[in-house]
Amino acid sequence: MSASPENTSTTDALAEDVAVAPATLAGELFAAGVGAQAGPPTTPAPGTGAAGQASPGAHSHGGPAPTGSPAERFASTDPDAFGVPTGREETWRFTPMKRIRPLLDGASSDAHLTWTTDLPEGVELTSVEAGDPLLKGLPDPVDRLAALARQRSGGAAVVRVAAEAQLDRPVTLGLAGTGSDEVVWGQLVVEVGAFAKATVVLDHSGLARYAGGVTVLVGDSAQVTLVSVQDWAPGAVHGGQYDAVVGRDATFRQVVVTLGGDLVRLVSNVQYAGPGGSAELFGVYFADETQHQEHRLWVDHAVPNCTSNVLYKGALQGESARTVWIGDVRIRPAATGTETYELNRNLVLTDGARADSVPNLEIETGEIVGAGHASATGRFDDEQLFYLCSRGIDAETARRLVVRGFFADVVQHIGVNELQDRLMASIDTRLGALPGLDEQPVEVA
Amino acid sequence: MSVDTQTGTTAGTPSTGSVLEIRDLHVTVGEGDDAKEILRGVDLTVRAGETHAIMGPNGSGKSTLAYSIAGHPKYTITGGTVTLDGEDVLEMSVDERARAGLFLAMQYPVEVPGVSVSNFLRTAATAIKGEAPKLRTWVKDVKSEMEQLEMNPTFAERNVNEGFSGGEKKRHEILQMRLLKPRIAILDETDSGLDVDALRVVSEGVNRTREEGQVGVLLITHYTRILRYIKPDFVHVFVNGKVVEEGGAELAEKLENEGYASYLKAAAEGNQA
Repeated sequence: MSASPENTSTTDALAEDVAVAPATLAGELFAAGVGAQAGPPTTPAPGTGAAGQASPGAHSHGGPAPTGSPAERFASTDPDAFGVPTGREETWRFTPMKRIRPLLDGASSDAHLTWTTDLPEGVELTSVEAGDPLLKGLPDPVDRLAALARQRSGGAAVVRVAAEAQLDRPVTLGLAGTGSDEVVWGQLVVEVGAFAKATVVLDHSGLARYAGGVTVLVGDSAQVTLVSVQDWAPGAVHGGQYDAVVGRDATFRQVVVTLGGDLVRLVSNVQYAGPGGSAELFGVYFADETQHQEHRLWVDHAVPNCTSNVLYKGALQGESARTVWIGDVRIRPAATGTETYELNRNLVLTDGARADSVPNLEIETGEIVGAGHASATGRFDDEQLFYLCSRGIDAETARRLVVRGFFADVVQHIGVNELQDRLMASIDTRLGALPGLDEQPVEVA
Repeated sequence: MSVDTQTGTTAGTPSTGSVLEIRDLHVTVGEGDDAKEILRGVDLTVRAGETHAIMGPNGSGKSTLAYSIAGHPKYTITGGTVTLDGEDVLEMSVDERARAGLFLAMQYPVEVPGVSVSNFLRTAATAIKGEAPKLRTWVKDVKSEMEQLEMNPTFAERNVNEGFSGGEKKRHEILQMRLLKPRIAILDETDSGLDVDALRVVSEGVNRTREEGQVGVLLITHYTRILRYIKPDFVHVFVNGKVVEEGGAELAEKLENEGYASYLKAAAEGNQA
């Protein structure tokens, strides 16, 4: 839904909590398998396969291999297979095309980001050339931008975490833009061995035009947290596709924090390589005047007994601040025992800002544990403000506390204290300092 | 029906404590044609050191009275006055009322995601006192009050009211009252949904505040149960948006035995006349 802030005075006014009863869609038959490779061949028509936009049976792209699926996505490593988006395509209709154009033109370049790395013991940072078997096995790009990034990067940086490794601290890759007008093309693969436990932080900063693909291969029973911080300088443009392939009984957690830059458009996909996998996708974004922040999620349940949980929260201030959240979850016929929930909340702080929020759930088997989604866009919750003010807290401080809490609710899932503190401090700066709270937090226990 | 609601003269009486005076208060909820009058001329005086119980059936307007005094934006004052020590409360914003010494323990405390109890309490105390409380004494105070309210120390790190049980929410409200030390405390159905143990703990918290003196308590309740733990000095029967009878603690016993039926009947007849 596209919610205009004028329509509501409280966050909950537009709250839509939908617990979707399991239901089987007739005529949706294809083999069980793994993720993008699970279904039949995908349709070739570019840009028309956006998840959830077509109703069941309504697809007919005229391609050679109709899938029988309304939600099949076109994916390819060939940028030209997608054509050049015009902005009318479902997957691009929210994006300001003029501003993202350099990332779609595909001019090759040698520009790079400056890397600052912190690699704990048990972690190897290496690279592979284009054509390496590792790259061939990655989930395919789902749009032209991602296909260009895969192709133009000419290989990939690879972070390897050995099987059974227990890292004593997070792997941190500081990726800083150098201010070049040329597009930086990048591809990163994070490969985590079975039973390993790792947190990987991608910390983006500086000024850049960056198209970066990230694939996380989560080994069986591994526990991986990927944090991606977009703390870009004003003017930066960042687009990219994040994929996670979650192994059997593995746990994948992704935390996306988008604060800076002019335009950020990230597509996060999750697929499961075996049963028992768990994925948590958290995100926070804060758009000021002129910023466009777009997060598109696709969780593909194609194997049994996996769970997914999505929580994205955003705030907008400034007349032309703009955010887009698309949350697609698909439960294929083979994915019995699936449990999934997705929630997006947007807090509109000033007039004129616009948040689009489109949750979409497709269920093709009745044998699931549960599936639901909720989306709400609105102003401050009056009851929260009243409660705080009734304790003597002035309205301005109360508002800041509520927004701060709104974000902290998600940021606390990162699990890296120093980073959490830095991000909350950054959010505080955006909100203005809270009076009287500049001392250390109080521990009562 | 005319009821003398004065519990003392308001002028010229030397007094060291605060006094909340409510005169002919009329309040509506809703707007335009949908506006509905909920309070129809409430008169009440609460002085420091006194405990007043307001008892009445569901829908009589008890909670509206509490929220109107606290300044909830949902309610519109259409007539009458509310003053605290002579100052016009109705002219104050919600936070100004709290800083003037009013406190409302809510029946349904609100969840504030991502804001920890300790951060919330300290921010509120800073606002009320006008400066941040000294860290060492503050931590000690909070810890000691939490112990007395039989609250787990980990409570302070949880988000405000998020996932709290009914009993935890009410303890948290009383904890705030203990720490913020209001002049007038309004307790809106603090007893509802509490088991016997929680009711005892919460009541003891209120009684500690009363014993310290200098606070006026307005206890809003549907049932007489809490009055066995907190002895009121005055009982006011609230029906159909106003006080219809007043007395001492013995009035509560009468209500315990007879209920509100006779008052409701009288109010219904009054409406038809």
